[in-house]
Amino acid sequence: MINIKIEGIDYQVEEGLTILDAARTCGYEIPSLCAFNHGECNQGSCRVCLVEATGARGLVASCVYPVAEGMEIRISSPKAVAARRHSVELLLSNHNKNCQQCDKNGQCELLNVAQLTGARDDAFAGAHSETYLDRLAPALVRDTSKCILCGRCVARCQNAHGLGILGFQNRGFNTFVGPAENRSFADSPCIQCGQCVNVCPTGALMEHSEIDKIDEAFRAGKHVIAQAAPAVRAALGEEFGYPIGTPTTGKMAAAMRRLGFERVYDVNFGADLTIMEEGTELLKRLTEGGTLPMITSCSPGWVNYAEYNYGDLLPHLSSCKSPHQMQGAIIKSYWAKQYDIDPKDIFVVSVMPCIAKKFEKEREQEKVDGIPDVDAVITTRELARMIRRSGILFQRLPDEDWDADIMGDYSGAGVIFGVTGGVMEAALRTVYFKLTGKEHDPIEFTDVRGHDAGIREASLDINGTVVNVAIASGMRSAKVLLDDIRAGKSKYQFIEIMGCPGGCINGGGQPYVRPRLLPNEEDNILDTYKEKRAKALYSEDERQVVRQSHNNPQIIELYDKYLGEPNGHLAHKLLHTSYAKRTGFNEIAK
Amino acid sequence: MGGLNSAAEAKIREICARYKEENTPLMMILNDIQNEYGYIPLEVQEVVSEETGISVAEIYGVVTFYSFFSLTPKGKYVIGCCLGTACYVKGAQQVIDKFSEELNIKPGETTDDGMFTLDALRCIGACGIAPAVSINGKVYPKMTVAQVREVIAQQYLDYEKKQEKEGVTA
Repeated sequence: MINIKIEGIDYQVEEGLTILDAARTCGYEIPSLCAFNHGECNQGSCRVCLVEATGARGLVASCVYPVAEGMEIRISSPKAVAARRHSVELLLSNHNKNCQQCDKNGQCELLNVAQLTGARDDAFAGAHSETYLDRLAPALVRDTSKCILCGRCVARCQNAHGLGILGFQNRGFNTFVGPAENRSFADSPCIQCGQCVNVCPTGALMEHSEIDKIDEAFRAGKHVIAQAAPAVRAALGEEFGYPIGTPTTGKMAAAMRRLGFERVYDVNFGADLTIMEEGTELLKRLTEGGTLPMITSCSPGWVNYAEYNYGDLLPHLSSCKSPHQMQGAIIKSYWAKQYDIDPKDIFVVSVMPCIAKKFEKEREQEKVDGIPDVDAVITTRELARMIRRSGILFQRLPDEDWDADIMGDYSGAGVIFGVTGGVMEAALRTVYFKLTGKEHDPIEFTDVRGHDAGIREASLDINGTVVNVAIASGMRSAKVLLDDIRAGKSKYQFIEIMGCPGGCINGGGQPYVRPRLLPNEEDNILDTYKEKRAKALYSEDERQVVRQSHNNPQIIELYDKYLGEPNGHLAHKLLHTSYAKRTGFNEIAK
Repeated sequence: MGGLNSAAEAKIREICARYKEENTPLMMILNDIQNEYGYIPLEVQEVVSEETGISVAEIYGVVTFYSFFSLTPKGKYVIGCCLGTACYVKGAQQVIDKFSEELNIKPGETTDDGMFTLDALRCIGACGIAPAVSINGKVYPKMTVAQVREVIAQQYLDYEKKQEKEGVTA
């Protein structure tokens, strides 16, 4: 511990901390902007967190400057206050200030820090850099007019995936962030996962909103059906002031019903269906000598990565569609038939923690007889926007159930799809039953559980069949497993891969985790939010009466009445897909 | 991408291999490629990325940061007009404008026939003979607007001579 003074008051702090972190332990939150997630930014470049410190020449950026014995720090001195304001004013001078048209409004860190520092005047009005708008990719939009060059997105893409799609280009006043050649995300090997969107402090990187499409479908008098993914319930509450990790399943169903959707379904039903198909596929591959290891295919970000980088390994991917695509296909066939509705008049909206799903639903391979399984995908954040604009007071909503006519009932296995290891565990519960004829006791397979990036593995001996499994999330981890397969030295039979580190709970469409905008969360929330969201899902699994996909009565009924056998002819037509190798930097007309 | 032939690709990989032991090999690799081919297009950057593990976006960032690196092929004759302070006050802007007008290209561009590239340079250290123009390393002192046409014509003559010479030796 060392002795420092802040505003003339004595404190003892740990050695080695930055002034920003040290001040936080003493009860001060220095207004700052780019400092994020353990250095995931262009460190010290925004100059917003300037303070006076003895022993330093001039003002110092508190996010990078370490404390020293005897240091006297002034945060509130007129000089420091004015300097922080000037820093923000300089950023604003080259910023597109159409805040009322920006979907980030309300959660914009630049606007927040402008408020905090009192940057009111257009003090440095002048020339603006040339800007670029990329709306070509189905999943995300890049608008450099709102970029402050903090570099968080550049760091996140590299840290999570080792991809480095985004980089700084040109120099000086002409600097901007984008994929090489200033290409669209659509023309680069971007997997459209949205991790960059999650860390962008402004509206420079945003999901490609599809709320307008939903409005249009309502106007056209379509049967608009909504379905929500498991991970959404673990995070939606954050948009309405609930602590991170509060499950809000009942309120979410109630809110969606009040938005006018004809049915509100849980994609967990589709998750159970996925397990039936994927589990059967795995058993077939194990017993009939198919390509092993088999790899899950629920995560469209991961599928994109595989198609761009591991075209030779595509036969390893399960041919199963992702749960919401499966459920969409069932709504437009089985469900439509039951109610005698033309599938063309049905408009399926998926509420997802993911932005890559926006891309996935556009794929030709995700259509049945030319009709897309899903018509619009909105993120958890977009759902919150729809709830707000409709005047629904989320906290005052009653807890309601999902619709469960014909379909929609779900098991605990479906719920845990939203976290890394969840699909694996759900599949093992069913595969164990299929091989042994009895349920696994205990129900849980805790070895495969986790909540962060990194590789986990487990080995099971099921009635003499040894199944070695591995789980990875984030492409940096996945690459290790994939290179092993390529080199022919993989020891696994089944691998789960999720695009985002931690799985869907940390998807690119989830609410932003901004320590400085979340006053009621603990300081270390960036380290704990994934675990908290994961717990919300595991707790719902435990509350379910049915815990295994194959015991979901409506799934059994669906196969009896309509689909026949898992992996049967109709199941293949509706629920399975295909993949194709893609070139990263494709030829584009110049 | 299909643009790169196998000989060129092998050469790029060989250049990358030269700096395998270096901690930060990128600048050296790009420098060698720029000298060898005169430009570093995206196809080449992709190969460098494969060899070094550095992302294409980062390589692209370095190539666009330094004006020495070029994304497009340069002309046979690179006309560099110094716009440093001394040259500027001696009328360098008018000189480069005249080159621009005569060649019908903006600074940084290359003529359609691949003959000329026009570059604006910062001080080249020839202030005593301002305004200075450098063409493929040869310096033309105290340039005037009136001399521009003649200087361009000289390059054509020079090129024809070279062609003849090559014709003879061939």
